[in-house]
Amino acid sequence: MSGKQSDFQAARWNEALIMELSETGARGIVPPAMDADIAAAVGDVVAALPAGARREKLPQLPEVPQHRVLRHFMRLSQMCMGFDVTTDMMGTCTMKYSPKVHEHIARSAKLADVHPLQGEQNMQGLLELMYRFNKIMCQISGMDEFTFQPASGAQGIYTNACLIRAYHESRGELAQRNEIITTSFSHPADAATPSVAGFKVITLMPGEMGYADVDALKAAISDRTAGLMLTNPEDTGQYNPHIREFVDLVHEAGGLCAYDQANGNPLLGKVRAGDTGFDMCQFNLHKTFSAPHGSLGMGCAAVGVKDFLRKFLPRPLVAEADGGGYRLDYEQGEGIDKIRAFIGNIPAVLKAYSWVMSLGAEGLRAVAETAVLNNNYMLKRMREVRGVTIPWPANNYPKLEQVRYSFEQMFKETGVTSHDVIDRMVDYGVQHCMPSHMPMLVPEPFTMEPGESLTVAEMDQMLAALKAISHEAYSDPEKAQGGPYNASTTRIDSDVPEDPDCWAFTYRAYQRKKGHWTSESRRKIERHSGGY
Amino acid sequence: MAPLRLGLIINPIAGMGGAVGLKGSDTAEIIARARELGAEPQSPRRAGEALAAIYAAGLPLNVIAAAGDMGEHEAREAGFSPQVLGTELEGDTVAEDSVRAAQAMAEMPVDLILFAGGDGTARDLVRAIGGKVPVVGIPAGVKMHSAVYATSPHAAARMVLRYMRGGVTQRELEVMDIDEAAFRGGAVSAKLYGYLNVPYLPDLVQGTKAGGVSSDRVSLAGIAARIVAAMQPGQLNILGPGTTMRAVANELGIDKTLLGVDLVRDGVRLAGDAGEKIILKHLNVAETDSAAAIVVTPIGGQGHFFGRGNQQISAHVINQVGIENITVAATMEKIASLRDSLLHVDTGNQVLNRELAGWRKVITGFQTESVCRVAI
Repeated sequence: MSGKQSDFQAARWNEALIMELSETGARGIVPPAMDADIAAAVGDVVAALPAGARREKLPQLPEVPQHRVLRHFMRLSQMCMGFDVTTDMMGTCTMKYSPKVHEHIARSAKLADVHPLQGEQNMQGLLELMYRFNKIMCQISGMDEFTFQPASGAQGIYTNACLIRAYHESRGELAQRNEIITTSFSHPADAATPSVAGFKVITLMPGEMGYADVDALKAAISDRTAGLMLTNPEDTGQYNPHIREFVDLVHEAGGLCAYDQANGNPLLGKVRAGDTGFDMCQFNLHKTFSAPHGSLGMGCAAVGVKDFLRKFLPRPLVAEADGGGYRLDYEQGEGIDKIRAFIGNIPAVLKAYSWVMSLGAEGLRAVAETAVLNNNYMLKRMREVRGVTIPWPANNYPKLEQVRYSFEQMFKETGVTSHDVIDRMVDYGVQHCMPSHMPMLVPEPFTMEPGESLTVAEMDQMLAALKAISHEAYSDPEKAQGGPYNASTTRIDSDVPEDPDCWAFTYRAYQRKKGHWTSESRRKIERHSGGY
Repeated sequence: MAPLRLGLIINPIAGMGGAVGLKGSDTAEIIARARELGAEPQSPRRAGEALAAIYAAGLPLNVIAAAGDMGEHEAREAGFSPQVLGTELEGDTVAEDSVRAAQAMAEMPVDLILFAGGDGTARDLVRAIGGKVPVVGIPAGVKMHSAVYATSPHAAARMVLRYMRGGVTQRELEVMDIDEAAFRGGAVSAKLYGYLNVPYLPDLVQGTKAGGVSSDRVSLAGIAARIVAAMQPGQLNILGPGTTMRAVANELGIDKTLLGVDLVRDGVRLAGDAGEKIILKHLNVAETDSAAAIVVTPIGGQGHFFGRGNQQISAHVINQVGIENITVAATMEKIASLRDSLLHVDTGNQVLNRELAGWRKVITGFQTESVCRVAI
C-alpha cells in the first residue's frame, strides 16, 4: 500500500445478519444423546424451575451450521479497519498497539475462569494484581487510592461527578454548590456526566490561545461552584499552562478539582494530577494503557482520589489483609456505594498492568515523549497539505499528543468538507480520522493523534494519502466529495445515525422498526441502500 | 421524483463598491462612482463559481433564472438551459428587480432560491418572500452582516446539492443591513430586517448539537424556560429582538415583535416594538424595588448583542438598568457559528462598551451556561 493512490479495495461481502442466515433445524454440532440411566437418575430438570423463571417459548436464536458461523464472522472482520490492520491516527482515541501477549495472558483459564463471587481466599493472585496496580497508578498520578469499577471513560468521569456530589452532600453544601465548570474542548463527558449527576454546567469558551484563560474562570466561579472537571491537554492538543492557577482558584471558592486524563498519553512520567493540586483524576486503561479499544475489548476507567475522598469511593476496594494476603474492603461508599457490579473489568486491568510492567518507569516516559514527538512531526508536515490550517495561530507552541486541524480553507475554495476528506481516506487504505467532538467550534475540523506506536514510514503514508486527497479536492472536487468508493460500505451521512428510526441495536428493535419508518427516515434509508 | 426547481437571482451590481473602498453599492450614484474607479462586478463571477459546481454534479435540475445578467447569463455559462423569468432590462439593476423576480418564483413556486448578493439583496428577498421559500445565499456583497449567507460560493453549491437529496430541515437566519450613508461616514448603524429560511445541514454548519440536544428548537425551549423562571415579580423585562426572545415570549404565552423590543412585566406585555423613549418612560415609572432586566441574544454569524438591530436598548437604557441585570442567551449552535466564538457590543458609548467587554456568562440551555469573550 503506497498511500499515494487510492488502490485499496476492501472486502464487500454484503453479508446478511446472523438472524437472517438462520434455517430451522440447522445445527453446527449435534451433541450425543444422554444415556438412559443418567436421564432416569436426573429426571425432569426443568420441572424444578419456578414457574416465573420458565420460558413459555424457546428463545429466538439463530440456527446456523458451524462453517457458516465462522464465515460470517470472518467476513465481518475482513470489512473492519483499525490499528491491527492499518495506520490509525483516530484523534482523541489514543490508538496504539496492544501487545498480543497480553491477550494470551488475559485469556488464560487462570483468569478467564475466575467467578466474581468466589471467595477472597482463592483469588489472592488476582487481588494482589489489583492491589499492585493500584499502587502503580498512585505513583503515576500522585493520588492515594484507585477504583477500577467504571467500565468506560465516561463512567469514570461520571464517578468523579458523583464523588464531588458526595463530598458536598457530606458537608451539607450540596443545595448551594450546584455548578460544575468545564471547558469547551474538554471531552463532552466532562459536561454531560455532571449534568446527569444533577449539576448545572458552565462551559468556558477558548481565549486567543485556544484554551480557556484565567479571567474566563473568574467569571464563572462563585459560592455555587461545586467543582472543576476538565481535560488538559484539551482535544486540541494544547496544554493550558494556567492549570495550577485554575485549581487554586476553584479550591479557594470551595470547589473540588477533577482531572479527566483520558488524554493522558503525553503526560506519563511528566505531569502528575496530584502534584498539580487535583483532588481526583481518571484514566482510560483502554486508551493510554494499551488495553484494546471499542469492540475489541472491554473498557475500564481507573479513578484515583486523594485520601480525604477515599471514603466516598464505590465499594469494594482491594486492601491488604491482616496477617498477609489481600481482601475486599467494604468500608467506603459514603454517597455512592456502587458505580457498577464487582471490582472492575479485570482483563483490562491485567493488560494495563502487563503493559506498565513491561515498560517500567523509563519506558512510560519514553511513551509520552515519542507520542509528543510523532505528533509534532505530523503537525509540521501537515502544513504541506493544501487547504489545511492550524487554528489559533497566536499559539505557536508545540502541541502535545494530538492536533485539531481545520479544512475550512479547502471547503471555501473547493466545497470539499472535512467529512468528505475523512470518508475518502479509507480508499487509500488508512483508517479514517475523527473530526471533532461537539460542538464543532473549529470549522471543518479534523483531529489526528499519531501516538507512540507508529513509525515515520507509517506517518508518511498517512501524509501521502492526505496530500493526494487534497490534490483531488482542488482538481476534481466532485470525486473528492463522493468517497468512499472502495470501502466495505458506501458513505453514511450524518443524518442517519442522528435518526433513531434508522438504527437498531438488537434484532428485536430491527424487526420492530423495519418498515415502520417516517417518510423522511425512509428517504434516508433508501438513499443509503442503493449503493450497497 | 420530479427534478428540483431552483430559482436563481443574481444582483449583478452587488459587491462593486467594496473593491474600490466605497462600502456598499446601494444607489445609482455609488455604482457610477464605482465604475469610474474601475470596479468590476463581483457577484456574477461568484455565482458562476457556485453554478459550475452544481452543474458538474450532473443531477437533474430545472433552473428558473431571472432574465439577463440577473441569472440567465450565468446559468447558461455554467451549462444550464434555464427557464427565463421576465425580460432583460436596460441599464443597472435596481432593488425592485430582485423583489419582482423573487415574488414570481415564490408564486410558481420554486423549491429553492439560490441568490447572489449582499445585505441589500437579502433585504429585498425578505421583502419579497419572507419565509415562503427556502434560500441559499452566495456571498458577494460589500456589507455582509446577515447570517443567511453560505461561507463561500462552493459552500453554497454544496448546500444546494445536499438540499436536492431531500430530508433537509430549515431554520430562520438573520437578515441585517446597515445604513450605507452612515457607514461611508464611518459610523455603523445596523438594523435587523427579518429572517429568511435557510436549509439546515448539520454536517455543513459548524457547531451542530451541543451537549446531545437534538435540535435548535429543543435548546431554545430550555433557554426560554430558564429565563422565564428567573423573572421576578414586578420586574420590568426588556426583551430584545430575535427568534430566541420569541421563544421566551412563547413560554410566557404572549405575543412578541420579532424585529423589535418588547416590555414585559409579570407575564404581561406592556409595550410591543418599543423605542428608546418608551423604554426609558417605563424604567422611570418602575413601581417596585425589583431591578429591571434586559434579556438579549446575539446576532447569528456575527455576534453583536448590543448595537446591531436593537439600538432601542441604548447606552442610556443599559446604564439605567445596570450591567449586572443583563442576560445574554444563545443556543450553542449560534455561539459556534461565530468566528472564534466571540461576542461583540457597540452601544455607541465607549465607556460602557469597555465595561461590557471581557468574559460574560451566556445562557445556552435550562441547566447550561457558557462563558464567552465579549469584544468591542
